[in-house]
Amino acid sequence: MSLLTVSGSPHVHADESVRKIMYGVLISLVPAMLVSFYFFGLGAIIVTLTAVVSCVVFEFLIQKYLIKGPVTICDGSAIITGVLLAFNVPSNLPLWIVVVGSFVAIGMGKMTFGGLGKNPFNPALVGRVFMMISFPVQMTTWPKPIPLNTQLTDVVTGPTALAVVKDGVGRGEKVSELLPKVPEYMDLFIGNMGGSLGEISAIALILGGLYMLVRKIITWHIPVSYIGSVFIFTGILWWVNPDIYVDPVFHLITGGLMLGAIYMATDMVTSPMTPKGMLIFGIGCGVLTVVIRVFGAYPEGVSFAILIMNAFVPIIDRAFKPKRFGEEVKNG
Amino acid sequence: MKTFKLGGVHPPENKFSEKQPVEILPVPESVSIPLAQHLGVPANPVVKKGDKVKTGQLIAKGEAFISANIHSSVTGTVTKIDDVIDTSGYRKKAIIIKTEEDEWDGSIDTSDNLIKECNLSREDIVKKINEMGIVGMGGAAFPSHVKLMVPKGKKAEYFLINGVECEPYLTADHRLMLEKGEELMVGITIQMKALGVDKAIIGIENNKPDAIEYIGKLAQEYKGISVEPLKIKYPQGAEKQLIKALINREVPSGKLPIEVGCVVHNVGTAFAVYEAVQKNKPLIERIITVTGSNIEKPCNLMVRIGSPVAALIEVAGGLPDNPGKVISGGPMMGKALNDLDVPVTKGTSGILVFSKKQSGRVPEITCIRCGKCVNTCPMALEPFFLALLVDKQRFEDCEENMIMDCMECGSCHFVCPSGRPLLDSIRVGKSNVGKMIRERSDK
Repeated sequence: MSLLTVSGSPHVHADESVRKIMYGVLISLVPAMLVSFYFFGLGAIIVTLTAVVSCVVFEFLIQKYLIKGPVTICDGSAIITGVLLAFNVPSNLPLWIVVVGSFVAIGMGKMTFGGLGKNPFNPALVGRVFMMISFPVQMTTWPKPIPLNTQLTDVVTGPTALAVVKDGVGRGEKVSELLPKVPEYMDLFIGNMGGSLGEISAIALILGGLYMLVRKIITWHIPVSYIGSVFIFTGILWWVNPDIYVDPVFHLITGGLMLGAIYMATDMVTSPMTPKGMLIFGIGCGVLTVVIRVFGAYPEGVSFAILIMNAFVPIIDRAFKPKRFGEEVKNG
Repeated sequence: MKTFKLGGVHPPENKFSEKQPVEILPVPESVSIPLAQHLGVPANPVVKKGDKVKTGQLIAKGEAFISANIHSSVTGTVTKIDDVIDTSGYRKKAIIIKTEEDEWDGSIDTSDNLIKECNLSREDIVKKINEMGIVGMGGAAFPSHVKLMVPKGKKAEYFLINGVECEPYLTADHRLMLEKGEELMVGITIQMKALGVDKAIIGIENNKPDAIEYIGKLAQEYKGISVEPLKIKYPQGAEKQLIKALINREVPSGKLPIEVGCVVHNVGTAFAVYEAVQKNKPLIERIITVTGSNIEKPCNLMVRIGSPVAALIEVAGGLPDNPGKVISGGPMMGKALNDLDVPVTKGTSGILVFSKKQSGRVPEITCIRCGKCVNTCPMALEPFFLALLVDKQRFEDCEENMIMDCMECGSCHFVCPSGRPLLDSIRVGKSNVGKMIRERSDK
């Protein structure tokens, strides 16, 4: 008689795998990617490709020759890091900077900690913040969107909507005088504005987020608490003094908020495990984002806010345990 | 439609045998009847080698409070009392009987007549159930008379009957409800009397509409019994989850259902109680589903306790070529067998055969902290964290994180995209924490 397998229960497994989750995230990124290709043309495609290829290659090289362990580039996580890194930079960024950023993201952000699942900080954001601090000029030269542009050079550049308002208020101008200088809200919502590749189109990002919600890759907790707290906080400021504080809707549809709240903050590895913890995490991100945007030195604060909150995740996980079944019983 | 709130998963149901009427498995040539088929202290044999026994005769006595009597399931001669491998994979004492012409003990009513009247007092009903060796037939095999004795200071308000059968593949309870509905109802009434309750609710999952309709119709004739269709979700058949789903009460951690005024029995147990009290028939046979995607004739069999698993598989068309795994119970909580001569016991609800392809585990990779285990745990534990603590041997912390509340439903491992064997680790932790607790109470 042939030998039987003996193992502990359960004997069946859900149709779930890390690879499926990762490729699910990639599918959800498609709308935002298409929008960026539409508005930023060939430059966007080249930057995205460069980032993806260099992330995968660096992960392969490090796993194969430095760690000498199994190579896991097929799980798709390095591809996501590459796409998200590209989404966080301007489309005319010199390609060597993209490669350096990818190296920092994968090498410092992910592999130093032991690879997928072990990194405390979002790798794409580590790469982005590194580039932001090291190459501030290149990283803040935003090309103006030209639909279906195939030219690589000679694009018109200009500041982002957030920067226009921030600088203007800094010079003592009123918000109401500054708003005509930025695109219409509808354009901001669709993505017809200057900015990083993937952050421009709120609608495409929301679409991708809904897809991930349906596929149960993310839960609503972090995006809703993040976006909600930004809305409420900026709403209060705007209500206090609409001359120096811009309205909350503007904050939601400009800058990297949607990208951050839907994709960067919800990164499984670097966010809390429990629903309660996720809400705290999201609110923390929201409050820090507004503090940096409104009172800090940078016009945009999403990356820093998420990285700071990443550092709090272990404490949040420890402090906010789920309410156990039968722990506090209210019957009747 | 009601269900429990926290966690849960939806494994594919694969109930291949739900339309197969219960067939009777021929009495095998020999049976080995384990002395420890129930939770608690094993029974003590009252027969010796060479004794002739009749079907239904007492062969081992459960003398402790939490124990159960065991009766011969066949007529024949005791050939030996020896260690045999049982479904747990360990060697345990069993009485081995070589069968002869089937002759039932004279006190047992073997007719099919439905007897509705029961004039026994509460105490006598419980005594009878104890005598007849009835145990919980959902899987845990907890002695039933103990559940029916409400401790002083507690009051039972509800009698809940578990017709959920949330394990995939299994259909034994489903068939029982369809074929023995009347007897089931009488069994429930008897237990309501024993408990002194006037409300009984039968919970049935929505994937058994025929059972819901049939039992629902029958229930109209019986006072106080109602049927509640439940939304499909595993592990709804777990005691605490069923109570939550049916009457929205939460059994406190570490406590029994009676704490919230409930006693829960499986439909199989309720039927066994009917036979014990009304027919004087001890628990010597039960319905077992034999199934699997490669099994030729998935079926439901009425099987004498102690029959070898191999005999059941034979009737279902035999072991397929290249079998990978044979499981006693369902795919979520069942035990994988290493030997097909092991006897079926009072708690065996199904025999499930998997092919080689179905038998392997998903390769284990690193945890990506997706949190799915936390969201699916019906007890709201953190399986990933418990597994981590166990790996680091931090058992005090395990206890603090309520590892003992884990009922081993397996949802965490089932859902883990990294294929991590979370439940394996948690089991190690539970046994260590259990030892710690016992040592503490000994001091």
